Amino acid sequence: MTTPDEVLDCLGQRCPLPVIALARRLPELPVGAVIRVLADDPAAAVDIPAWCRMRNQEFLGAAPAPGPAYDVRRVR
Amino acid sequence: MIPSPVYLDAATAAPLHPVARQALLAALDDGWADPARLYWAARRARQLLDAAREATAETLGVRPDELSFTPSGTSAAHTAVLGGLLGRRRTGGALVHSTIEHSAVLHAAEHHVARGGTAVEVPVDRLGRLDLTAWSTAVAGPGVALAALIAASHEVGTVQPVEAAATACADAGVPLYVDAAQVVGRVPVPAGWSVLTASARKWGGPPGVGLLVVRKGTRWESPWPADERESGRTPGTLNLPAVVAAAASLRAAAADAAAQAARLSPLVDRIRTRVAAEVPDVEVVGDPERRLPHLVTFSCLYVDGEALLHALDRRGFAVSSGSSCTSSTLRPSHVLEAMGVLSHGNVRVSLHSGSTEADVDRFLAELPQIVADLRAQAGVVGL
Ligand SMILES: Cc1ncc(COP(=O)(O)O)c(C=O)c1O
Repeated sequence: MTTPDEVLDCLGQRCPLPVIALARRLPELPVGAVIRVLADDPAAAVDIPAWCRMRNQEFLGAAPAPGPAYDVRRVR
Repeated sequence: MIPSPVYLDAATAAPLHPVARQALLAALDDGWADPARLYWAARRARQLLDAAREATAETLGVRPDELSFTPSGTSAAHTAVLGGLLGRRRTGGALVHSTIEHSAVLHAAEHHVARGGTAVEVPVDRLGRLDLTAWSTAVAGPGVALAALIAASHEVGTVQPVEAAATACADAGVPLYVDAAQVVGRVPVPAGWSVLTASARKWGGPPGVGLLVVRKGTRWESPWPADERESGRTPGTLNLPAVVAAAASLRAAAADAAAQAARLSPLVDRIRTRVAAEVPDVEVVGDPERRLPHLVTFSCLYVDGEALLHALDRRGFAVSSGSSCTSSTLRPSHVLEAMGVLSHGNVRVSLHSGSTEADVDRFLAELPQIVADLRAQAGVVGL
């Protein structure tokens, strides 16, 4: 299990807001850093991995409980 | 200046075909009586119903007694699924279906599961194409009563390998139900199915008419309380004028289908190419080749789907969306989800026989600025 370098709390936000927050924050972290996005909008489960694919960042998967969360590593 | 309206949502409902309108008006005068009664007005209605059934069966290449008219495409899908499961309940209680079926099929599946049945979902790839290997394994599993496959995706246009899927079903001895709502009246209907449904409003017929075809020899039983109309397959009084209009317009649409497909498919290619080239950060989804001739879907990164629909509507463009913010359940489209493609900022454009090159060009000319303005308002430019 990855320990995130940062947690981004997007609970209660509707898509595309969690994806926008991720897109704003990730480039400010060093390459190799892992960010955990907490997002309970069901679209986040689809859109965060899709964003990673479009932006060539690494989607590490849904993070373990509690709550819906997604880990992303900055790779470029 | 108020922009001229451009209707680009034929996959929900195509504008009423002129032939449908004519037939509907005539049938309001001649088709109001109950076709089952024994007097002059009933006989006239019966003739209209018989003629509608024969014409529709002929277009579909089926026998008239295999075809029933239903109150909608949705009710046809419910009836197809539940009746197919009921007819083979002694074989087992499992329904196999793709992850990209229409919600009508998925809701019938949920209904079945809530009553003790099981459902096996077969995935699709990123382009929305059925995983045939997984399908073949699933239909050969124990206790499979019925398999359901959409002929072509109503959300992304990807045409499914129905004939290969049908072969796998035949090998396993499982009847195949095909939801052909997006293909009937537009492209040839694939072979190999036992049960088929369609919806008249997709081909320019009136809303509120569905088709249900059950091939002879299929083990299928009506899941509804008994009613002798429509060969006992679907209960209730038919809206006969609408049925007559549906039949007349299907014949007209089918006769013109190849020409329309040849005209619309290059327009869809143009949308696919130009949207990808001229709107930054957009994902055009669905199979670019094995696809419906009239339908294209794309998603715009960082854009709210509902805001995009409203902005397009203000410019006169009617489109639909699979984004969560546009659905009553606030869930993203299960089709986009199953494909693993971006679900927000989603737009589905679907063309019809009245769609012109000028309509498409105006849409393409205005879309980049509309998306740019929404991104500027949301402060997401350059992300
Ligand atoms: C693939 C598909 N199946 C079923 C339906 C349901 O048809 P109707 O709208 O007539 O209930 C639709 C349209 O909504 C559809 O696109």
